[in-house]
Amino acid sequence: MGFPHPNHPKETIVLSQYFGDADARTYAGWVKRGGYEALKKALGMAPEAIVEEIKASGLRGRGGAGFPTGLKWSFMPKGDHKPHYLVCNADESEPGTFKDRELMRWTPHQLIEGCAIGAYAIGAERCYIYIRGEFTEPWRVMTKAVEEAYTNGALGANVFGTGKRIDIVLHRGAGAYICGEETAMMNSIEGRRGNPRIKPPFPAVAGLFGMPTTINNVETLTAVSHILNRGAAWYKGLCLSSPKSTGTKLFSVCGHIMKPGNYEVTMGFPMKSLIHDLAGGMRPGRRLKAVIPGGSSVPIMNAVEAEAALCDYEGIVAQGSMLGSAGFIVMDDSADIVYEIYRLAKFYAHESCAQCTQCREGTAWTTKILERILKGQGKREDLDLLLDLSEQMTGKTICVLSDSCATPIVSGIKKFPEEFDAYLSRAKAPALAAV
Amino acid sequence: MSDLVNVTIDGVAVAVPKGTTIIEAAKQAGVLVPHYCYHPSLPSPAVCRMCLVDVEKAPKLLPACVTTVAEGNVINVNNEKSKKARESVLEFLLINHPLDCPICDQAGECELQDYVFQEGRANTRYGDYAKRFNPVEDFGPDVLYVANRCILCTRCVRFMESVADEPVLNVSERGDRAFIGIDPDHLLTHPWSGNVVDLCPVGSLISKDFLHKARAWDLDKTASICPGCTQGCNTMIDTRDDIVVRLRPRANLEVNRHFICDTGRADYRWMNRGDRIEAPLVREGGKLIPTDWDHALARLAELTRGARSIVILASGRASTESLGFVRRLADHGTVTAAVKVPLGTEAPLAGVPNLALRKERAPNLDGARLAGYAATWAGALAAAPGADLVLVLDADIDDAEAATLARARSAVVIGTVDDDRIHCANLLLPTTNMAEENGTYVNRDGRVQRYYQAKAAPGMARPAWWIAAEAGHLATGASAPKTAAAAFATLSSSMPGLGGLTYADLGHTGRVVSPATTGAAR
Repeated sequence: MGFPHPNHPKETIVLSQYFGDADARTYAGWVKRGGYEALKKALGMAPEAIVEEIKASGLRGRGGAGFPTGLKWSFMPKGDHKPHYLVCNADESEPGTFKDRELMRWTPHQLIEGCAIGAYAIGAERCYIYIRGEFTEPWRVMTKAVEEAYTNGALGANVFGTGKRIDIVLHRGAGAYICGEETAMMNSIEGRRGNPRIKPPFPAVAGLFGMPTTINNVETLTAVSHILNRGAAWYKGLCLSSPKSTGTKLFSVCGHIMKPGNYEVTMGFPMKSLIHDLAGGMRPGRRLKAVIPGGSSVPIMNAVEAEAALCDYEGIVAQGSMLGSAGFIVMDDSADIVYEIYRLAKFYAHESCAQCTQCREGTAWTTKILERILKGQGKREDLDLLLDLSEQMTGKTICVLSDSCATPIVSGIKKFPEEFDAYLSRAKAPALAAV
Repeated sequence: MSDLVNVTIDGVAVAVPKGTTIIEAAKQAGVLVPHYCYHPSLPSPAVCRMCLVDVEKAPKLLPACVTTVAEGNVINVNNEKSKKARESVLEFLLINHPLDCPICDQAGECELQDYVFQEGRANTRYGDYAKRFNPVEDFGPDVLYVANRCILCTRCVRFMESVADEPVLNVSERGDRAFIGIDPDHLLTHPWSGNVVDLCPVGSLISKDFLHKARAWDLDKTASICPGCTQGCNTMIDTRDDIVVRLRPRANLEVNRHFICDTGRADYRWMNRGDRIEAPLVREGGKLIPTDWDHALARLAELTRGARSIVILASGRASTESLGFVRRLADHGTVTAAVKVPLGTEAPLAGVPNLALRKERAPNLDGARLAGYAATWAGALAAAPGADLVLVLDADIDDAEAATLARARSAVVIGTVDDDRIHCANLLLPTTNMAEENGTYVNRDGRVQRYYQAKAAPGMARPAWWIAAEAGHLATGASAPKTAAAAFATLSSSMPGLGGLTYADLGHTGRVVSPATTGAAR
């Protein structure tokens, strides 16, 4: 949704407090709301102390993988006399995910402050914020905010008179999904084709321009100032279930839902309540059929799994999927699972960077098979073929785009066999026109 | 020993230096890991995913081309897991591959064909979909891009970018629509760009020169040395029915890695020339009369024995053996010996140190120097009219030089191509060109390298060392070697520059004999 909804009482509002508040977009407005205090505090601390604080908070990466942020920062070499870089991943291109967009639209200084603290903590003087090309409004807002931050001494050669240098460079993507993959993003910033790189070397050893680099998601970095202001213990205390998942999290809920939007809840919040209470539940007369919780790149959950799941890294794994980017694609009983999977596969086939054989050919081939099934021309063997191809597309390539294409296919066939069967047995009319 | 890592590959234990990749370690164990994008002379992108191997205790299959071995690794290249992954990659590669092998130049030497035949699926599961289509593109003077056959291994892109340092190729588009693109304002005109044809593991980048010329399985392959310049690139001469149809690089990591320049690659038609001297010709009563070798050799012995001053005008393409034995013919008198050095422009290959098409366009200048060819060409030419005998060893003679030669008291030409300009000689002796004989060249870094006979010699042509040695035997009684190996051993035992080496010592990659007098100092 373009415009934020009123807060729900069950939400825990930290990051999204000023969504919809245009004054918070300005430097003065942000300072009035307590902004940049955390940065000033951070600049008075030793970088190691900040890393320790973040470690203690339990903050984990919000981009999808959930890697502990403090630990990631601690991987940056010390005393190596090389330039370090922080890259903020604002390429939010995962289908069904739109939390970073709102964070940048409404609270650009929250991100800038987080980036500045993060950069200082890892010994970087420069931070690149890689903003998705299609994000025109966030781009405008961020551009203006960075200018204001420079004008007011929050960025530049002498941040708040401390003599410390922190620069932020906004880099605009050109529309490739794969550039949200961290190593592809680094290639893209360097002016190369956005192809993922082989790891090792890991970015902390040789990343952007071959230098030690940390890549963090927008939401991760926006949480940093709150942790410094209110303490790691407070953040760690925001936990309803697994102690390994702390803090608040923005969930982008979309699809067949009454009130789509971003909802900020404490980690471990029940998915059932998130869908049915906060997001308003299903349309009248409809019931929940499936949820893809992590953007599109994770296994599909059926209604039973979804309603039993707790919204944190461990809770969703326990119900057979993954938290991912926490973009919930909700489907009610009007959804055609086969079609939805086909649509996702088509997306991945379009976005494959073409490096790895399995991905380049496999994403396109599986799309064709799904298309054939939807045209009523499928064969029984097609399911085995899809499963076999998916297995060969999993865990065999440089990045996980190929896995991401295979995951919904495998889970879809496993969890909704009857929907495939309806097409294969010709019981259901073709969803696509046969050519 | 601490810098060695012990690993077991398909049950074979090997110790390899730390930092060795699995794919290279496997070679030490005698195991070939099938691969497409990997090439030892290019950076590895690990994109084809063909070399995924099962490393025990690793959660996933690992790309052998970029994964370095660790102590105690147990690696299975040929277990079910690895083979299934390869079978799958091959299936994925084939769904958009046209299988036009019957009309493809690469057939028979195609790595896709080879591996599919070895371990691919017998039939397709792709069904009735049309395959990806892109038209054939002209990539340059000698390169066509057949996009439909491309497997996107990107070797060509990486060669132009990292080795040639002229990044005019890229991967264009994404997903299964991807193809190799070329800068619209450029073609592959770089002097080393022909290597992309060899690097291409399939028939996607093909040579216009070789287009539909011969089937790979009909070719005979002979290890050779490029006679184009002083670099001494190792080559393979491909012949079909005694006709040279193609020159390709042969790996020598010390000299040319896996590359040759386009000039060397294209320069082979002279090896097939039909306008050859095919029998010894002796001047009798003002006419050149064909004769047999006994008669001709006796005449040569007689001419040399009687000459007190001899000028030798040799081709820089002559073998060390021929240069050495021809030089010996003149040992009894004063000798002015020179080789002709055609000059061109230098064309380095940026990504490989000390590799270039050299200015000096003859392969054996250092061999000539070791054999005592100390005079300049101009000096030797000036001395020719005053000498008792001028010996021409297959040097290209232009009109002015022919006029000088005509003023010589007597002249003997040991030559390959028949030419009016040398008809003034008293004796014309047919010799082999470098594709028709065994021999050695000494490159600009003092590396002695063997080349092998790739095709039959025409008519009565004999290697020049044989001609000179036989004549020497008649003249002085010195024993004459019967093989190139014996000829080299004889020279090597008496010429300090060759250090007593034999053919057996030289192997396939040669030996450096005189590093102090490298081309760099020239």
